Amino acid sequence: MASISPASDNMAISLRGVSKHYGALHAVDGVDLAIPRGEIFGIIGHNGAGKSTLFKMMLGLVPATQGEILVGGASVTGRHFRAARRHLGYLPENVVLYDNLDGLETLQFFAKLKHAPMAQCATILDRVGLTHAGKRPVREYSKGMRQRLGFAQALLGTPQVLFLDEPTNGLDPQAIRDFYATLRDLQSEGVTVIITSHILAELQQRVDRLAILAAGRVQAVGSVEALRQQTRMPLTFEIEMIASDVPAALQALAPLATLAPESIPTGLRLQCPREQKMAVLAALTSLGDRVRDIKLLEPSLEDVFFGFSA
Amino acid sequence: MEFAPIFTIAAKEFHDRMRNRWVLAVALVFTVFSLVIAYFGGAQQGTVGFRSIEFTIASLVSLVIYLIPLIALLLGFDAIVGERERGSLDLLLALPITRLELLLGKYLGLAVALTVSTVAGFGLVAVLLFKHMSGAGLYHYAGFMLSSVLLGLAFLSLAVLLSVLARDRTRASGLAIATWFFFVLVFDLLVLGLLVATGGQFAGDAFAWLLLLNPADVFRILNVFSLEDVRTLYGLASVVPTSLGSPAIMGGVMLLWIAVPLILANWRFKP
Repeated sequence: MASISPASDNMAISLRGVSKHYGALHAVDGVDLAIPRGEIFGIIGHNGAGKSTLFKMMLGLVPATQGEILVGGASVTGRHFRAARRHLGYLPENVVLYDNLDGLETLQFFAKLKHAPMAQCATILDRVGLTHAGKRPVREYSKGMRQRLGFAQALLGTPQVLFLDEPTNGLDPQAIRDFYATLRDLQSEGVTVIITSHILAELQQRVDRLAILAAGRVQAVGSVEALRQQTRMPLTFEIEMIASDVPAALQALAPLATLAPESIPTGLRLQCPREQKMAVLAALTSLGDRVRDIKLLEPSLEDVFFGFSA
Repeated sequence: MEFAPIFTIAAKEFHDRMRNRWVLAVALVFTVFSLVIAYFGGAQQGTVGFRSIEFTIASLVSLVIYLIPLIALLLGFDAIVGERERGSLDLLLALPITRLELLLGKYLGLAVALTVSTVAGFGLVAVLLFKHMSGAGLYHYAGFMLSSVLLGLAFLSLAVLLSVLARDRTRASGLAIATWFFFVLVFDLLVLGLLVATGGQFAGDAFAWLLLLNPADVFRILNVFSLEDVRTLYGLASVVPTSLGSPAIMGGVMLLWIAVPLILANWRFKP
């Protein structure tokens, strides 16, 4: 086992040169990641990009073909795997829990296996808003309630790292808000969260950093803002004006290398490189009150994602 | 290996089978069938009513040899592949437990459910027939119950192996039925065919040892040999050498039939 460098002490997760090969298929290929403690970290990618395999390796469910994986500074597959795993919480994608048990029994079952205190079960059930349904069998639960119970299970014990695979599947908007509020609370307690979601708009506002995975490789890592800078994606302006003022506007903007101006029912839409933002604004200001409103649209995480994974 | 997680998983499996009344239903099936056999088993010979415990055991053996393997296979085929299909297998394996502990916990819980229903079902019959039984009769009946439990555990072990190997529940249930057909219906025919095809050269001890490759046959030998009066009822008894008649050896073979599939299952168990 390689010695742990001082830098990795602050890392909840560190992957070095991690690959998983199934014959000729390279499901995960040379991934390096360092996720500091207390971060909410997103992993996004198409189906088959290697997200699940990466998750399974970090959880110690499948061995890496090569590379080193440390979770909380320790290996999750080594001799001390029990101690290491007691501090992990995991919510698999689309998990179906046991229909015959009620909510509280489900948590008690997992608490026993995780050596978590029994008294914690009721507290956590309350934390995910299921106290009223604690004595009802899981078969009567709605999809959202099942998902919340799955999340509750992941919170048992004192998890230092949470692995959440599509955790908001089936949750209504209010429940999604509550869910992320809980994540923020956990983060303030020092918990690290690794999260995947297909709903990129949802992650965009809520993760500290994220990795874009495609074909088993990490294409980019950083905050949403940093990734936007990296892609050098243009900004979009929507300028509200009456149609007869559009030619004047185009004239004012002509000296700038604006991209693809087009008429829209409310006026004019155009794109410009990030560094020309202020120049475009200045040109528009010169038009005085002919400009009724300006909307400035940043590229969304979805745009960034397609920029990297295309 | 730690025992606490094994017991936790076993307790959940057992309670599941108690709660959905599986244990009760199977126990009732055993009780009703044995009572029917005890009282009407001789109807083909023109007699109705209880005859002797030996006849009853001999008839029960031929019932149990069909019924218990089927029940055990149906009980166990879902054990691992069901968790896999629900997505909860990864969750369990990410907990501080090993694959072996999960496997043993599942097996133990289901084994207790099967044992409780077998012992309760046939035990109730023993209580009802108590006044008809001599000391020797009771001894044989206890032996029959014990071997029935072992037969069930052997097929449960095979079921758990199938559950580890199968990719989905549908395949696992197909494999379970195929396994039942093979061991209960086809195997003896194959052995008999071999015997006839080789013109009897293959007969004798070598032939008899082949029977050890089928837990259902081991069960039959175990019970037939414990009953002097009944040996002659089975043509089989005349071809089985007395060296195989030792209950200890046959019991040992049965234990192997329980252990080996579980060892294979643990070897092939991948998340």
